[in-house]
Amino acid sequence: MAYPEVLPWLQSLNALAGGFFLLCAFGLVAVRQAQNCLRLFIAQSLFLCLSAFMLGILLHSRDLIAVGVIDFISKPVIIPWLLRRTVGGEVHTRREITQVFNIPTSLLIALALTIGAYLFAMPLLQAGNAGKLIGSNLPIGLAGLLIGAFTVAVRREAVPMVFGLICMENSAFFAGIAIAPDFPLIAEVSIAFDVLILTFIVGLLTRAVHRQIGTTAVGALTTLREAEKL
Amino acid sequence: MSLILVLLLPLIAVLLSLLPLEKRFAPIITLTTQFTIFVLAVCMSLQVSTGRPVIALANWIELDGLSALVLLLVTFVGLTAALFSWGYIFAHEKVARRIRSYYAQFNLFVFALVAVPVLVEPAFVWIAVEFTAMFSVLLVAYGNTREALEAAWKYIVLMFIGAVIALLGFLILFWAQKNAGGGLYTWDGLRLSAKHMSPVLLKTAFLLILIGFGTKVGFVPLHTWLPDAHSQAPAPVCSLLSAVKTTVALYAILRLLPLLPAAPIDIWMQTIGLISVGVAAFLLLQVRDYKRLFAYSTVEHMGIIFVAAGMGGKAGSYGALMQMLSHGLTKSFCFLSTGAILLVFGTREIGKIRGLLRASPIAGVALLFGALAIGGAPPFAVFLSEFSIFRTGVAQHHYLVTALLIIFITVAFFGILRHVNQMVFGKVEQSATLVHGTIPFSCTLALALAAIPVIVFGVYEPAPLHKLLTLAVSNLTGGVSP
Repeated sequence: MAYPEVLPWLQSLNALAGGFFLLCAFGLVAVRQAQNCLRLFIAQSLFLCLSAFMLGILLHSRDLIAVGVIDFISKPVIIPWLLRRTVGGEVHTRREITQVFNIPTSLLIALALTIGAYLFAMPLLQAGNAGKLIGSNLPIGLAGLLIGAFTVAVRREAVPMVFGLICMENSAFFAGIAIAPDFPLIAEVSIAFDVLILTFIVGLLTRAVHRQIGTTAVGALTTLREAEKL
Repeated sequence: MSLILVLLLPLIAVLLSLLPLEKRFAPIITLTTQFTIFVLAVCMSLQVSTGRPVIALANWIELDGLSALVLLLVTFVGLTAALFSWGYIFAHEKVARRIRSYYAQFNLFVFALVAVPVLVEPAFVWIAVEFTAMFSVLLVAYGNTREALEAAWKYIVLMFIGAVIALLGFLILFWAQKNAGGGLYTWDGLRLSAKHMSPVLLKTAFLLILIGFGTKVGFVPLHTWLPDAHSQAPAPVCSLLSAVKTTVALYAILRLLPLLPAAPIDIWMQTIGLISVGVAAFLLLQVRDYKRLFAYSTVEHMGIIFVAAGMGGKAGSYGALMQMLSHGLTKSFCFLSTGAILLVFGTREIGKIRGLLRASPIAGVALLFGALAIGGAPPFAVFLSEFSIFRTGVAQHHYLVTALLIIFITVAFFGILRHVNQMVFGKVEQSATLVHGTIPFSCTLALALAAIPVIVFGVYEPAPLHKLLTLAVSNLTGGVSP
């Protein structure tokens, strides 16, 4: 590293990116419009890229820089384009979207999940002799993953659910770039490709659902709800 | 080279299936591909059974005892499903574009299924397992009805959540190995580094992979996608989903067992397995759709395999692998028989079907045969594997687990037979309208082909298969790869 004095700055910048990354996950739970979900998702993906670049510089890893570039192209650019092509105007809708819990309750649950994620991460950080970088990325990644899963569970509309799913994947990556920076690059490329396939398929399904029931509220599909009960 | 071909041929078949040629072109290509990869899998498995490993690309694409066993199962089920698809899809679908799309996705699905056992890098295995789900979603939604879309939506959401959780597990596993001094990130490399890895990281990674891939296997309470997807997907796709898609996800979990200390993992596995067997056994008593009946039976059998693997040791692992093989072969037959019934009656409701044996002797005999075989009646393959698990349970003093297993399996047996009895015997109701009088020849042939190993492995275990099972057991119990 040519300029060792900038290292603490980069670490702080990475931690700041982590903070905003988590904030975007909270936003996904709370916002009322699909369009804002899209904006938050793009912002979260950009913070993920920023963290990958910071870690790439700090750990002298070209792979991480490449991961950052791949994410930069696939998530903020290709995914919104794919969704627009498949789902159409529904991605940019400004109408209110419903969810199972009201917003304050959802935020409180998201907060509880974040605390849970930190408690879960502590023994792992101790066992792995983790430094500052992993110390900030792993708990934030875990928290983002749980909040993403919660978003999928409480949203009833297809588009915000997709962003919940990709938020989970973003979060796994956010933890992954710190704990496994040498993870095979080709695997990372394949994972990014997997997310694109997911978006494409979900887009096709959403369009088909819209044709069938006139709305993208997939939560309304309850015909198969289990007939068998214990 | 053969191993590379096994991976490449389905991909080539995907492209060829999409060509806008004669309607029969895509099925012919698919059937030829499935037959070729099955023959290649048999040849390579014979080589592996003699103790000579197949290595196409060292540390990337290899075949050992356990993976050869899974590859054999995948390719055989792929062959019977492709043969059954010929008559089944032509009977249901007239639009050439949709037929081509079905076969292209079928081959893509088989490609992902084949990739899981032949890859030895856990990161790539994760991708392959995830692709098995992504490439089958549109097959589940193939009916394009409201119910099919609902099933496909639930399927993709749960599959992706499971995949992301498992991904974190694999990342933590990578971290644990790096902290332990590094090494090759392959199944064998991990096994060699395992004793230096932090137990906390190792167990956390296993737990996350268990939850993540457990969703794909269909362990209770993560099983809810399974009956929905199976009730909606075309029968040959169900055959692949139930017999091999769940199995390859389970294979990826089982691959981690040599890394872990026996306790407390064995207790976790037995508990998760027993809960799945118990819940599925009681749920299948109440089903009204015969495809859901066999879907719950899959949840039950995945539980049985996990209990057996949890018993540990060579005997437990042998029972688990035997059960994995016999379940896969038998369940694919069962789902093909449901396809034959659907062709005849055009309904999935148990209550609307009476006198199946009179309406269509082939479908009736197939359903009865499949029900008895999957229920665990002698002299079929499942009976032999379940009996071997009970014997291991008693020999290893797992009395409570074995007793519960016997009770649940008995409940499931009577549950399946009760429903099947209603459908098979009696007179055809006058209000019933038969959609097709006869079952297409390719479907009958596929049923006959799928029945052969179900009968043969119940009474006879060929020497190469026994050798393969023994090698696979050594892979599971931490022995060196052949």
